[in-house]
Amino acid sequence: MLLIPCPHCGERPEIEFTYGGEAHLVRPADPSTLDDAAWADYLYMRSNTKGVHAERWRHARGCGRFFNALRDTTTDQFLASYRIGEPKPAIPTGDPR
Amino acid sequence: MRETAVRNVPDLPASDWMRPLPPATRVAFQGGPAARAAAAQAFPLPDAQAVCRARRDGDRAGLWLGPDECLLIAPATTAAGALLGALRSAIGATAHSLVDVSHRQVGIEVRGPHAERLLNGACPLDLSLDRFPVDMCTRTVFAKAEIVLWRTDEQQFRVEVWRSFAPYTAALLQEIARDYVG
Ligand SMILES: [Zn+2]
Repeated sequence: MLLIPCPHCGERPEIEFTYGGEAHLVRPADPSTLDDAAWADYLYMRSNTKGVHAERWRHARGCGRFFNALRDTTTDQFLASYRIGEPKPAIPTGDPR
Repeated sequence: MRETAVRNVPDLPASDWMRPLPPATRVAFQGGPAARAAAAQAFPLPDAQAVCRARRDGDRAGLWLGPDECLLIAPATTAAGALLGALRSAIGATAHSLVDVSHRQVGIEVRGPHAERLLNGACPLDLSLDRFPVDMCTRTVFAKAEIVLWRTDEQQFRVEVWRSFAPYTAALLQEIARDYVG
C-alpha cells in the first residue's frame, strides 16, 4: 500500500486519504467579470503534468486536514508534502530512489 | 426521537478479548490554539503539538484528532449539558465549535495478547508498541468503517465507532479472531 506523508500526522496509508486535484489554483476574485472562456479555463483546464505535480490531498480518515503534496505522476512517488498556505517547496533534485 | 435513539444501542458481543464499553458522554471540539488552551482549563486536552496523543485525567480524556480538533470522552455520569456549559464559559468569545456527540458512536474495547493483530486484520496502521505507544490515538479505518483508535494500555485498545457501524465492526473483529483465539 502507498504511504502518503501527511504534514500533520506523518506517513499514513493511502486509504485514509482523498484526492483534491491540482494545487495552487486561485479562484478569480470576481467571476462575473470573466468571459466564458476565462471562467471555463479556471473550472476545467489543468496542467495534466507528466512528472512532478503539485496537488491537494485531504487526510479525511485521519486529522481531516487538507494539505498539498508534490508527487511524481510517472512513479507515484511523493517528494514532499506541505501545509495549506505554505509555499510550494523547491523540487528535490536527483533520483530519490 | 432522541430517547429512542439513545436506548437503541446495538447489542454487541462480549468475550475475554472484546467488550462493548458503557455509555459515555462525548463532545467534539474544534478550535484554534487559543480556544484549545482555554478549553483545557475545563477539561484535559492535549496540546495542538501533541499529535495523535490522548491526555487523561482520571476517567476523562481528550483525544487529539487534528491540529484543531479533539474528541472529549467522559463517563456518562457527566451530563453533556453541564460539560458543554463549563467548556463554553472557559472558552468565552474565542471562535470554536462544541457538539454533543455522546450517542453518535459507541466504544468497543479490544484487549489481550492478540489485540494488535486483531485490529490489524482490518486496520492498516503499524500498531506495534514502538510505533503506536500507549495513549496514541487517531482517526483511521477498520475495513469499511471509520473509527477512532486509542491505545489505552500495552495490550488494550479503545475503538470508537459510529453507532450504525458498530455491529459490522464487532462482527468483523470476531471473524478475524477465528485465526487467533478460536
Ligand atoms: Zn493527518
